[in-house]
This record gives sequence, structure tokens and C-alpha cells, in this order.
Amino acid sequence: MAPVRGDGMRGLAVFISDIRNCKSKEAEIKRINKELANIRSKFKGDKTLDGYQKKKYVCKLLFIFLLGHDIDFGQMEAVNLLSSNKYSEKQIGYLFISVLVNTNSDLIKLIIQSIKNDLQSRNPIHVNLALQCIANIGSRDMAEAFSTEIPKLLVSGDTMDVVKQSAALCLLRLYRTCPDIIPGGEWTTRIIHLLNDQHMGVVTAATSLIDALVKKNPDEYKGCVSLAVSRLSRIVTASYTDLQDYTYYFVPAPWLSVKLLRLLQNYNPPTEDPGVRGRLNECLETILNKAQEPPKSKKVQHSNAKNAVLFEAINLIIHNDSEANLLVRACNQLGQFLSNRETNLRYLALESMCHLATSEFSHEAVKKHQEVVILSMKMEKDVSVRQQAVDLLYAMCDRTNAEEIVQEMLNYLETADYSIREEMVLKVAILAEKYATDFTWYVDVILNLIRIAGDYVSEEVWYRVIQIVINREEVQGYAAKTVFEALQAPACHENMVKVGGYILGEFGNLIAGDSRSAPMVQFKLLHSKYHLCSSMTRALLLSTYIKFINLFPEIRSTIQDVFRQHSNLRSADAELQQRASEYLQLSIVASTDVLATVLEEMPSFPERESSILAVLKKKKPGRVPENAEIRDNKSPVPNAHNAHAAQTNHTVSINSTASSDLLGLSTPPANQSQTGTLIDVLGDIYSATNGTGNVINNAKKFVFKNNGVLFENDLLQIGVKSEFRQNLGRLGLYYGNKTQTALQNFVPTLQWSPEDALKLNVQIKAVEPTLEAGAQIQQLLTAECIDNYSEAPSIVISFRVSGGAPQKITVLLPLTINKFFEPTEMNAESFFARWKNLGGEQQRAQRVFKAQQPLDLPGARNKLMGFGMQLLDSVDPNPDNMVCAGIIHTQAHKVGCLLRLEPNKQAQMFRLTIRSSLENVTQEICNLLVDQF
Amino acid sequence: MMQFMLLFSRQGKLRLQKWYVAHPDKVKKKITRELITTILSRKPKMCSFLEWKDCKIVYKRYASLYFCCAIEQNDNELLTLEIIHRYVELLDKYFGSVCELDIIFNFEKAYFILDELLVGGEIQETSKKNVLKAIAAQDVLQEDETPQGFFEDHGLG
Repeated sequence: MAPVRGDGMRGLAVFISDIRNCKSKEAEIKRINKELANIRSKFKGDKTLDGYQKKKYVCKLLFIFLLGHDIDFGQMEAVNLLSSNKYSEKQIGYLFISVLVNTNSDLIKLIIQSIKNDLQSRNPIHVNLALQCIANIGSRDMAEAFSTEIPKLLVSGDTMDVVKQSAALCLLRLYRTCPDIIPGGEWTTRIIHLLNDQHMGVVTAATSLIDALVKKNPDEYKGCVSLAVSRLSRIVTASYTDLQDYTYYFVPAPWLSVKLLRLLQNYNPPTEDPGVRGRLNECLETILNKAQEPPKSKKVQHSNAKNAVLFEAINLIIHNDSEANLLVRACNQLGQFLSNRETNLRYLALESMCHLATSEFSHEAVKKHQEVVILSMKMEKDVSVRQQAVDLLYAMCDRTNAEEIVQEMLNYLETADYSIREEMVLKVAILAEKYATDFTWYVDVILNLIRIAGDYVSEEVWYRVIQIVINREEVQGYAAKTVFEALQAPACHENMVKVGGYILGEFGNLIAGDSRSAPMVQFKLLHSKYHLCSSMTRALLLSTYIKFINLFPEIRSTIQDVFRQHSNLRSADAELQQRASEYLQLSIVASTDVLATVLEEMPSFPERESSILAVLKKKKPGRVPENAEIRDNKSPVPNAHNAHAAQTNHTVSINSTASSDLLGLSTPPANQSQTGTLIDVLGDIYSATNGTGNVINNAKKFVFKNNGVLFENDLLQIGVKSEFRQNLGRLGLYYGNKTQTALQNFVPTLQWSPEDALKLNVQIKAVEPTLEAGAQIQQLLTAECIDNYSEAPSIVISFRVSGGAPQKITVLLPLTINKFFEPTEMNAESFFARWKNLGGEQQRAQRVFKAQQPLDLPGARNKLMGFGMQLLDSVDPNPDNMVCAGIIHTQAHKVGCLLRLEPNKQAQMFRLTIRSSLENVTQEICNLLVDQF
Repeated sequence: MMQFMLLFSRQGKLRLQKWYVAHPDKVKKKITRELITTILSRKPKMCSFLEWKDCKIVYKRYASLYFCCAIEQNDNELLTLEIIHRYVELLDKYFGSVCELDIIFNFEKAYFILDELLVGGEIQETSKKNVLKAIAAQDVLQEDETPQGFFEDHGLG
């Protein structure tokens, strides 16, 4: 029998033992189902169930839930327990509610009533139980119900300390859900003065609250700075016996110290008052001095608590970034930690030093530790520590040590963990570019990167080397020679073929004089790789070949033979076929002059910021150490890359044959669609869990976007890509079969009445009736907006899973009328003139609706931007209000349309006003947008 | 602010979960699974901190149990280790050299103790004495109640 304490419920202990004794998962499930049936019948049938029994059963349900099973009953019984006059029953009721009741439950009113009663209780234990429950749930309802009681409890003189502590944190929790719960005015001072409270526990809890409030309203809470400094000063000068139980392993009040140090990081500079600043600096010095004292205990708890305070103090020193002396001392202290035997300390020291490296005062001091950091990168057993070392090397790199650091990183890359290779490649590429004094060095570094870690070299990196070579004449010959040599390796990475192909196509002539790299040799070398490459690379190589015809007329007939071979069915890829036959024709039809003009050397790329840096930042938001000068270093970005970025971010054109194809840099369409869908799938997976069961229907979201996953259930995923121009639209639907078997009789049909079709004409292409297991097919739709219309067509997909029942899925298509918007830019004057003109009864529509929780203004702006209208800044005098303008293109009319969206933060409401020249359009736009924010 | 705390065994069984931010159950399960696998695959001498999504994970093993907390970027890792340690000390004092079984069979008590230590993901009371006093006061309230359950469970009620 297991240990059970005095008040234990024997029935519960027996049940837990039973579960533990189950030999298999099946047996466990069987036992649980038996128990669930038993509890259900007790709750349903037995009217005489007393408090103890309810408590016991509720507890069993909790246990079952914690094992990972879903519980969908028992809430009512738990709520009953809340009003029990036995504490243990009440407590279990609260526990169940905290863990299991969802916030929009019907029972919330009853729960709030019980909490209200307990908050009134004279017994502080009951009050705290209620406060903890509010904090655990932390919903909007709770915030609204208790917005007056809790602040009162917090500052009232009658409240006991333990209750104040809970009230402070409870208020903090509610503030996070609902920021307007905090009263202003005189409350501010009273809350700040909690920092002076006698009770350390109250101060600790209050500091957390004040820290959050300061972030929102730094000026109003400015008074906390001097109080916080005084309090901190008293703690750091206290001996460990002064604070009794608030001393933790010989460290006086580490939690409060850290919180105060954090609080002070909200201001920069922390204070204007020289006296307060002096005292703060004394505190920081004292903390640094104490770090040098011999430890008072060998226990790791002592050193952790002491160092926690030290690291937080260093954070504050870095944040202030004004006291050179403190910064250098901090750096020396961290330097000592680099060779500490505690892995945790080494990890944190590396991380903290990254920040020190970006300060002008301590950059040099950090550089003194370069050897140790390089050793850490190579020798640390834990990859996360090695990662920190790489980050620090990146941050401490400058012109004086760049060659050495880049070389060390390259060496390490050969054996580096797969998990950090990609990031390292980006970092090496950035450093090499930034600190290159000699661009032949840069070219060598990047080619080495491709050789060593080709799989991890992203497109941005190899685009970049090409841009730089094109923009710098002095390096072109060297680049051509180097890639030519690199391509001679028997196995070379495909990225090398791409770079080599591109550079030789542009600058192969610079090395053609040498018989070892004569035109034919170059061509044969490249073409020997052709068959090993993906279609994207092949497309690039075909472009190189046509450039060769221009550069080296003597090998023209050999190349034409190759084009001929690939211009027919032997080339499975349509894109390649097309390129081969077009290039072939070009080489036959065009005169030498025309050919020379068409295939002229690429012009220089415009100087822009490195796109690689953006990739790195995206990979590790908030964690890329600023490498101070990086922003000043403008460098070129190719147009093709801009196009690429635009595609992944916004509209992916369905079958782009944009002019940039000649560059060979854009991915063939087939690949595009695959990667595009994958990104969207990943992007949507988190936000999509609100659906019933496993069905995701995103139709409503598509009012604001053109691409992504429209629908998903266990069998089928439907992705969409669309683009619109004027009154025309093109839509690609991607049906993905998620099952292990084929879907038969797969027929999507359009649901759009003939009358509707007179206004919006939609053409749909048929698809194959069988969708193989795991396969994806594409269906194209074209739409033409003839006149204004409302709602949108649906697509009905019927199919049969082999051996299963017929399935039918209806999904609304993202072909709402706003898709035919053209955004219109205008100034305030003309906006208001038009607004006035559209004042007629039929032209206006206005709706007021409740905001989604929490009210999210940046989110609303984003949505409006995706809606298709132009978001006009500085038109409305109130910066929170959003106004937009746009024109809907139909064949019959162009309909001008204005929008204004006004948030009301107090009431958490929005007011939406639409004005347009056509009543139907006004109404439809209003309907599309109402309740969406 | 702490996002959540998980206690799990060396075999990967979840023993306690406390969430300070709201997630749907499905997401909670996914996070839990992912973290248990990640942490169990780490070697003993490794660093107790790891970057995970946009949080930091701080974990420590005590006998057969892993304690794992997710904190925000600005939070202090070392002190989070000591929050874990303080919690372990409290459990230890309350149960009298605590073991995994104590937490399994008295999971509700483990929750109550945690609620005294942390509220809304922030430390409420760092004094061991004060937390134990609060828990003892709760137990006194319980002992005032009639031990009705004893009779019920033995069919005497």
C-alpha cells in the first residue's frame, strides 16, 4: 500500500495503485473506462452523494486527466464543492476548476460567485485559495469580475501579508490578460510604496507587479527607481543573518535582488538623480566585489543564487552601457567563468559576453578571451554551449581578428553538429563579406563553405557571392579561375555547380586564354555535372550555355546539339524543354549583334543591405548579437532575389514565366508550389487548433490573404494560391491526399448559380478522378468579376476512400469581392472630401462589434493590409483609428470605397464604417469585415 | 514569468504539470511530449538550460524525477534552478524525504504546495518557513473535519 497522509482518500489511493499495477496500456485504459463509467453513474444517479464522495470522485477524474485522458464531465460537481464548508472539499473543487474548466464554460458565473464569497471570508486561507484560483484561470471574466476587489486587497492596511502577496501576483496575472484593470491616479503611489513594505515576501511579489506596470507606463511609475535602489542597497550590504529566512544558502534575498535589478533595466538611464545613480553604482560594485570573495558554502545552491544576482547585475551594467569601469570588470568576471567547471556557468558567461562585445567600452576586453572562446567552440561537450561560443565569436569579430575567426569557424564546420551548421554558414558568410579587405579572400571563404558544408549553404549565400563578383570587377577573373578549379573535384556540391555555372557564363572568357581552361574544356566540365543535378540547376546551366554561344562562337554547334537533345520529350521537365528550345531558336535566329545585346554581361546589382543577415535574424529572433557595424555595410542584392523574397512572403504566381527566368535564378514553378505549400502548412498548424476535431476550415481568414491552407481534415488538405489583377483572378487549388490509399471518384464541382455567374464568371479545369496516396494535384480556376456580387462561390469535393463511405466536403472559395480591390493612395484632404461626398443613406454602412480577445491593433492593421485596400496613415487624427481606400474593379464599374475602423479600448469594441458609391458593395464589404478583428 | 512547469519520470511519465499560460490541451500534450523526449536524451553533464522556441528551458534531475520549467528570454536561469530546488526542499520537508511515489499518490498536495510558492508564474514566497506554515495551516483546517471518509471506505458509513 502506498503512502497516504492523514486526510487521504483511500478510494483514490486504491485506484491509483490499480492503475500502477496494470501490466499494459490496454489494461490501464480498461481500468480507467471502468472507473469513468462508475463515476458517471454516481454523478448521474446517486442524489445522496455527499461532499466527501464528490471530492473523491472529482479527485479521481483529475488523476485520470493528468494521465493524459480527456475528461468531459464532473465540472458541475467540482463547482458544488467550492461552496462546501469543509476546507479539503473546497480545495479539491478549486484544484479541479483551475486545471480543467475552460474559460468559456457556462459554469463561470457560478464559479465567480463562489470565489466572491471566499474573497469575503475572514479566514486568510480561504481568501488565498480564491486568489490563487483567479490567477490560475486568469481569464477576462475574472478580470472584469474582480477589478475592484483585488486592488483594494493589495493596498488596504487591514490585509494580512500573505494575502497581499497573492493579491499582487493575482493582479499581475489579470493585468496580463486585461491591461486596463489597473487603476491609475493615487493607486500608482500606493502600489509603488509596496517596495517599502516591511515584509520581504510582499516586496518580492509587488516587485513583479511593478515591473510589468512600468513597462506599460514608465513615466507614471518613475518614482519606483529610487525606492528600488534603496531596497537593493540594503540587501546587498546586509549580512546573511540579517534577513533570516529570506537568506537563501548564505545569499541575502536573491529573488528580490534579481527582481529589483530587472526592474531597474526598464529605464535608461535608470535615473537622472546623481545621488541615486551613485548609490546604484555602489550596489553594482558591491555585487562584483562579492563575486571575488571565497564562497561561504560548497553547495551549488549557494553559487547559483550568488551568481544569479551577479549575472542580473551584469545585465543591468550592459543595459546602462555607460560605466566603462563596470563593463570591463564585468567582462573580467565573466572571463573567469569561461573556465569554470560548471557547464551552466560557462554557458551563461558566453551568452552574457555576447552582449558585452557589442559595447564600445568592453569590446576590446572581450577580445582578450578569443583563444578560450575558440577552444570552447571546439572542445565543449554540450552542443548548446558550443553554439554560444559560436555566437560570441561572431559578436566579437572585427577587422583585426576576422581572418582568424573565420578560419577557425571554417575548420570547426567540418566536424560541427548538423544542428548548428546552417547558422554557422550564414555567420561565416556575413563576417567574410563584412570584413573583407581583399575580395579574393571572400570568394575563397564562400567556395570553402560550399565545399565543406554545401548542404547547409542556402540560396541567399550563393546568390550573394554572385552579386559581389558581378559588382567587383577586380575579383571576376580570380573567381572564374577558382570556380573552374573547384569544379574539377570529382564530387562537387550542386551549389558549387550553380555558382560555377553562373560565374563561368558571365566571366568564363576571362580565363579562356589558358588552354587548360579553353571554352570547350569549360563547357565539357560543366556539362559533365548536368545529369547529376536537379532541374533548377539544369535550367541555370542551360542559361550558361546560351551565354557561352555568345562568348565563344567556336563551340556553338556543340551547344546547339545539347539544346536539341533537351528540347524534346527526352527532357521530362517542361521548363527545361522550353528553355532548351527557346535558346536553340535564339542561337539560330539571332544575329551575332542581337545575341550579344541579349546576352550582355549582367549589370551591377543595386547596393543594398545583405539579405543573409535578415535570414539569420529570422532564424533566431532576438538572439542575433548585433555586430555593431553591420547596418552600415550596404551591399548589393540581386533583383532575382527580391522576387524570390516577395514570392515566399506574398503572392506566389501560379505559373510564373517572369523575365527573371533568363537569369536562371528563380526556381521552376513545380518546386515553388511545393515549398510554398509546405511553408503555409507549417505556418497554419499552430493557429488552426480551434476547429472541431481535426477539421480545419480557414475560409474566413482568406478574406485577408491569398495563399495558404484553406481546408484540412484527416483525409484531405486543400491549399490555395491566388493572384488578382484588376477584375481578373487566377486561383490554384492544391488537393493533397493525406491517407495511405488512393481517393477514388475525386470530383470537385463549383457551386455558383447561373445568375451569380453573370456577375462573377468562374472557369474551372477538370482534374483526374483518382488522387493517389500521399499525392497532391493542382486545379486551376480563373475568375472574372463582371459586376458587383455578394458572398463567394463554393467548391464541393466528392470522393471515396477505397473501401469507405463516399465523402463530400464543401468549402467556400476565397473569391470574395475584396479580391478585386486596387489600393488607392490619397492624402487627408482628398480622403475627407470623398468621405463627405459618399454621405448618402445608401452609400454608408456602419457596424459596431466586440473585439476578439485581446484587442490587437497591429494585428488589425495587418489584416486590413491583406484585405486589398490601401491603409492610409496620418489621415485620421487619432493614430489608433485605421482608414483605408480602394477601388473595386468589375467589368461594369469601378467602385470607389472608403473604410474607417475605430477601436474602443475601454469597451473592447470596434466601430466599422464603410462608404462606397454602390449600396450592395457597401453592405458586402461591411459583412466581410464585421467580427473579424 | 514562468510559462509552465513539468515533472516527469526517467521513463518519460508525466507526474505533474502546471501551466501559467493558456494553451489548448492538444498543444500542451505536444509541448510535453517534445520536451520530455528532448530532455531525456540529454547527457548528465550537459548544461541545464536550452533554447526552445522563444523560451528558455531550465531543468534539473532529482533522483528519478525531472523538474522542467519554461521561462521567458529575460528571466534568470540560475534562479529558476533554485526555484526548482526550493520546491523540492518543500516537498521533501512536507513528505519527509520525498520520493516519486509521494507525488503520484498525493498529487493534489504537490499542487497545493506549488501554489503557495508560485502564483501566476511568479515567485510568491521564497521563505521556506512561511510556505510550510501556510501548508500546515491548511492541514489544520482539514483535521478539524470529521474523518467521515474512513467509515465510508470501510462500508460503515
